[in-house]
Amino acid sequence: MENFAPLMHGFGVALTTYHVALMIVGVLLGILVGVLPGLGAPNGVSLLLPLTFTMDPVSAIILLSSMYWGALFGGSTTSILFNIPGEPSSAATTFDGYPMAKQGRAAEALTLAFLSAGFGALVGVILITVLSGWVANFALQFSSPEYFAVYFLAFASFVGLGGASPFKTVVSMGLGFAFAAVGMDTISGGLRLTYGFNELLSGISFLIAVIGLFGIGELLLTMEEGLRFDGIRARVAPRDVIRTIATMPRYWLALVRSSIIGCWMGITPGGPTAASFMSYAFAKRLSRRKEGFGKGEPEGVVAPETADHAAGSSAILPMIALGVPGSATAAVMMGGLMIWGLNPGPMLFIERPDFVWGLIASMYLGNIVAVLVVLSTIPIFASILRIPFAIIGPVIVVVCFIGAYTVAGRPFDLWLALAFGVAGYIFKKLDYPIAPLVLAMVLGDKAEDAFRQSMIMSKGSLSIFWSNGLVGTLITLGMLLAVWPLVAAAAGRLARAKSSSAAA
Amino acid sequence: MLKKTSWLLATAFTVVLGGAAQAEWQPTKPVEFVVTSSPGGGTDNFARIVQSIIAKHKLMDQSVVVTNKGGGSGAEGYVYAKGAAGDPHKLTFGTNNEYLLPYVAKLAYKPDDLTPVAAMALDEFLLWVNAKAPFDDAKSYIEAVKAKPETLKMGGSQSKDTDQTLTSLVEDATGTKFIYVPFQGGGTAAVQLAGGHIDSNTNNPNENAAQWKAGMIKPLCVFSPTRLQEGPKVTPTMGWSDIPTCKEAGIPVDQFQMPRTTWLPGGVPATAVTFYANLLKKVSETPEWKEYIERTSQTGRFLAGEELKTFIAQDDTKNKKVFEREGWVVR
Repeated sequence: MENFAPLMHGFGVALTTYHVALMIVGVLLGILVGVLPGLGAPNGVSLLLPLTFTMDPVSAIILLSSMYWGALFGGSTTSILFNIPGEPSSAATTFDGYPMAKQGRAAEALTLAFLSAGFGALVGVILITVLSGWVANFALQFSSPEYFAVYFLAFASFVGLGGASPFKTVVSMGLGFAFAAVGMDTISGGLRLTYGFNELLSGISFLIAVIGLFGIGELLLTMEEGLRFDGIRARVAPRDVIRTIATMPRYWLALVRSSIIGCWMGITPGGPTAASFMSYAFAKRLSRRKEGFGKGEPEGVVAPETADHAAGSSAILPMIALGVPGSATAAVMMGGLMIWGLNPGPMLFIERPDFVWGLIASMYLGNIVAVLVVLSTIPIFASILRIPFAIIGPVIVVVCFIGAYTVAGRPFDLWLALAFGVAGYIFKKLDYPIAPLVLAMVLGDKAEDAFRQSMIMSKGSLSIFWSNGLVGTLITLGMLLAVWPLVAAAAGRLARAKSSSAAA
Repeated sequence: MLKKTSWLLATAFTVVLGGAAQAEWQPTKPVEFVVTSSPGGGTDNFARIVQSIIAKHKLMDQSVVVTNKGGGSGAEGYVYAKGAAGDPHKLTFGTNNEYLLPYVAKLAYKPDDLTPVAAMALDEFLLWVNAKAPFDDAKSYIEAVKAKPETLKMGGSQSKDTDQTLTSLVEDATGTKFIYVPFQGGGTAAVQLAGGHIDSNTNNPNENAAQWKAGMIKPLCVFSPTRLQEGPKVTPTMGWSDIPTCKEAGIPVDQFQMPRTTWLPGGVPATAVTFYANLLKKVSETPEWKEYIERTSQTGRFLAGEELKTFIAQDDTKNKKVFEREGWVVR
């Protein structure tokens, strides 16, 4: 608990009227950029950055990080209401959040999402407060083989997750890998799958794909089904929010498990996206209500949201301590550190403890402020669904395209989003799952880079994946998870054969 | 060829008219700073520092908008600038990759499609090893690599980029062979070295300073003709100026530096080039810029006009030689 005194000092720094006001402003701005898909946290933070040039570094980081928390919450809002994840890491929230909204339970889904996100974030912050020294050193042990093992674990936990046929899952995942490969390749320095199009130089943005696949694809489907939202009849009262809060303890197991997965992925550092997908996969496997998943199961919202935010906040520490940004938003903030005259890295803790502990304290306060603010906005957001589709439908189309354009400011992306929209519609019609494609797009190129770096290091020998206890455990665990469905099926068949032979 | 001629003419005009022409051109709408790296990258910091200095000292009447176009190692930004031919309201920030990228990848722009404005600094490269490594100077490290060719790992940012070019130069000059492992960026290469997963890297001072200060890694030599500028001590015993040059440490690669450059699209009036060159010159004279140069341990050197052209030609030739030897040149 040697960190307790500096933390208290940090609270002293963060708990001034000026800083709390900055937090509220930051969170509100964050929600605003978060609900516009494509604008998102990285763009929002870059837009705000010039305003902080003249600010004190502590105030500046409080404003920017509060905006980041706000954007993460805003991203979950659009995932649930419109099936459009505002951030890569909230993609897994759409799987059950959107079905819940369609059933008229939007307020319940939003409340669950915000509360579990807040819970996850707090667990993450507490972890880094208690274990700050250890966490930073642990992250140092990670090299390419370890990274690959973590990504492999995420893929393995998602494969064979029931629902669609394994064949269709593999097709979908394969397409995701192909999309992720477009652009300049880190390992060879060459261009891949660009076919001479300048627009494809920087690859296909994940956000464009989800805006199309989820947002526009879903709209096409809704139009076919008769131009209405099922949730129209639902009335939203502030009471619903309070009633849902009371049900939270019911999900304690999912909350604890997802926090552990989230913190682990945050410090290892697999990142929030891998964490939320993995947490969803585990919740589905271990839940007693497996059948409900994908059709509006509350636990399917709680699990990814908790893990996403637990990973997001616990990943901040390795970022400060090692000077390696874990996400695009973190990269912008680190650029900010440089401009404010600070050098991110191991010495920041020693040279500027007021800054580091002020930031950590503001993570506690910022998340609490964010949860309170977003909870109070639920009735407003949830009632959006009561607007007739004839009005809200076109609005969503406009928002989708604005979002697609803001990602990189390229007109080409609009066509790409439209193409992905048609693809999403066809996927749904033919019953191909979209989730594996999304997972492969987000983690595919990272996993590929890590694998090829490992192969360069070991001169092509696979034994590098068992070269130390850490990577060996991770990769073995991943393999077990990958074959688990087969083993379970075989065991089930064996048991049935036994019981039938016993009956005979 | 036509492009090249007009570019030469533009430069000639710049030189002839000099400061007199400055008053003739002023930006009439907000100026877009096109950054050829993703947010947080070295080029991004460069552009945003310039932006913050212009804003603070009110060096320009129009406001500045920064956009990141870092796709394809920066090619996205240069292709964008080519498409904006004739528009003097788009200033592109980059490095020597403007004229080096087209060698190693088939891209839709040629180096001559853009008009060079100024180079503002030279980023330095150093040879770094883990602090626990048994090497105290560059010589003993090179001996170790020589004794066991293709076993020691050199990490760097990207492939066929500055770090790998420098690695190749070192290999050629000393008759050694590393395993080169490309990472996403210099920051990752720094952490991988601190964690002991690779044996060395050739990071810029700024990318490794924090780890050096924390005693996780140590520098062996700097690929610069002279030692780095004297400054405050980084560790209790050493400062940047205490690091020997690689030439004096026994690696015959006397100079490898990366210019931080700015460009306008092709076909812009010469007066606009002069305007930005003067603007950036003013930026480079502010205390904030000097502070940035010192903090990132770069070498401040302002080049424009004829001087810049000569520098680019020399740098281009030197790198091209390595690319050809390694067989990286496309078609």
